[in-house]
Amino acid sequence: MSIIPTLLKQLVKKPFTNPFPKKHAPNKVSDVKKINDPIPVPDDFRGKIKYDRAKCIGCRMCVTVCPANAMEYLPKEKKIKHHVLRCIMCAECVDVCPVKALSSSKEFLLAETDKKSPNLIEK
Amino acid sequence: MHDAYKMFLGPVHPALEEPIFFDFKIVGEKVIATNLKPGNAHRGIEALGMKRNPIQVLYLSERICGICSVSHASTFSRAVEAAAGIEVPERADYIRTIFCELERLHSHILWAGLLAHEIGFHSVLHYGMKVREDVMDLLEYLSGNRVNYGVYVIGGVRRDIPKEKHEKIRQSIKYYNAAFEKFKDVFLNDKTIRMRTEGVGVLTKNDALKLCAVGPTARGSGLNKDTRQDWSYLAYGDIGVKAQLPSQVTGKINGDVLDRTIVRLLEIKQSAEIIERCIDQMPKGSLVSEPKAAVILSRLKNAEGEGIARTEAPRGELHHYVRLAKKEVVDTWKAKAPTYNNLMAVPVMMKDAQIADIPVIICSIDPCIACLDRVSIIEGNSGKSMNKYDLHELCLRKSEMFGKIERGHQ
Ligand code: SF4
Ligand code: SF4
Repeated sequence: MSIIPTLLKQLVKKPFTNPFPKKHAPNKVSDVKKINDPIPVPDDFRGKIKYDRAKCIGCRMCVTVCPANAMEYLPKEKKIKHHVLRCIMCAECVDVCPVKALSSSKEFLLAETDKKSPNLIEK
Repeated sequence: MHDAYKMFLGPVHPALEEPIFFDFKIVGEKVIATNLKPGNAHRGIEALGMKRNPIQVLYLSERICGICSVSHASTFSRAVEAAAGIEVPERADYIRTIFCELERLHSHILWAGLLAHEIGFHSVLHYGMKVREDVMDLLEYLSGNRVNYGVYVIGGVRRDIPKEKHEKIRQSIKYYNAAFEKFKDVFLNDKTIRMRTEGVGVLTKNDALKLCAVGPTARGSGLNKDTRQDWSYLAYGDIGVKAQLPSQVTGKINGDVLDRTIVRLLEIKQSAEIIERCIDQMPKGSLVSEPKAAVILSRLKNAEGEGIARTEAPRGELHHYVRLAKKEVVDTWKAKAPTYNNLMAVPVMMKDAQIADIPVIICSIDPCIACLDRVSIIEGNSGKSMNKYDLHELCLRKSEMFGKIERGHQ
């Protein structure tokens, strides 16, 4: 069976998987032998949305197309507020923004213990 | 003769990846009758969709299923384009086709691993996972993300596949042609796998036809049907796809688990070929019919009409129906997933099977319950879901009630 050479080779190879990224590793690393950096994400990656408040003209296009209702319009300031926890990272808002006030970042580890953390609300 | 007893499987069970309930009637080791009850994974996505505009719904449709997400996005976008009369540029059609086929590749390889896992070949499961990683990396390279690629937009695609990226695709095709040979060797020549799959879960051609089986389940029973062949859409018309039948390898059709396996393995090779031809023949041109989302939105808002689209998803024919009615939101949206048809064939396949064959047979249709569960009817606040008999009972009660009222008036 041709699977047997593959299996034997696999026996002596190091594990494929990468331990969880550095930033979230436990404080005590004495029992972790080697921590690999996470595999870099590709150029087109759709990660956490970054908002440039100064550029925004309040056209509301991003609010109209957002499938997850993650964009909240602030009528007084004519700006928006982005709720990261609701976002499904489709990046449609990035495509439609006429002044490029929104952009996809490479950040994807968004877990927080406080749901009101400023990391989870972009404004 | 032993007495018949009942055995329940699910809705949450380690042998099932997704929640579904099976109720078997068993004598000794033999399955006599099978009943099934889906409805535990219903999320009401359509209801959310009917409160949103088509651009928003496209991303929701992608999230109906994690494995065949491109199929849903592809079908929904084509249904909307049909309803609103939007033309898609040819280059976009080719790119859409490439994504559909890449998805079939990773879905079938995952499935091959899962089948081996159900049989007890964990090494093949891990080999499958390793092989699948290459296509996941390729999808990430082409689209930016590994799951939910977000490549489709109404009227075209968002991401181009320029010449520089072709090299990596060709490498993957070579890799998959080699992997196909290895899988073929494992599944066709291994004695244990043959014993566990040959003659198990037989679905005759006639039964497959009667129960409207689709996809590899239908082709495994010898039905020459494939949406890519019968209903030319995307670039498949130019490429010319032929339905893969198990008789191409074994010379005969039994309709058992082995035949369904052969069909899927052949489709791994076929998908690689289709992708190669797509990048060879890819025409030049724009990616979208209209780059401004605002213009598309206003066009969809003023559109009126119905659109139907069918796609050969990895598990079979997927169907979306969309109606636009001069409103901002989608007026009606209905999705019908291939598992809906194929699951109906499971009770027939289970006839006279042994208890130990149950996971193998369920796995052989590659069920996707998240796609399947499109409706769930709950009685009041009780949380009890109603089946067709309950609904019939309810219907009779209503007639009775009206009868009483009428008699009261007389
Ligand atoms: S990425 Fe998608 S879900 Fe997130 S805010 Fe933008 S449009 Fe909404
Ligand atoms: S689309 Fe851009 S400019 Fe318009 S409201 Fe959103 S962020 Fe501001």
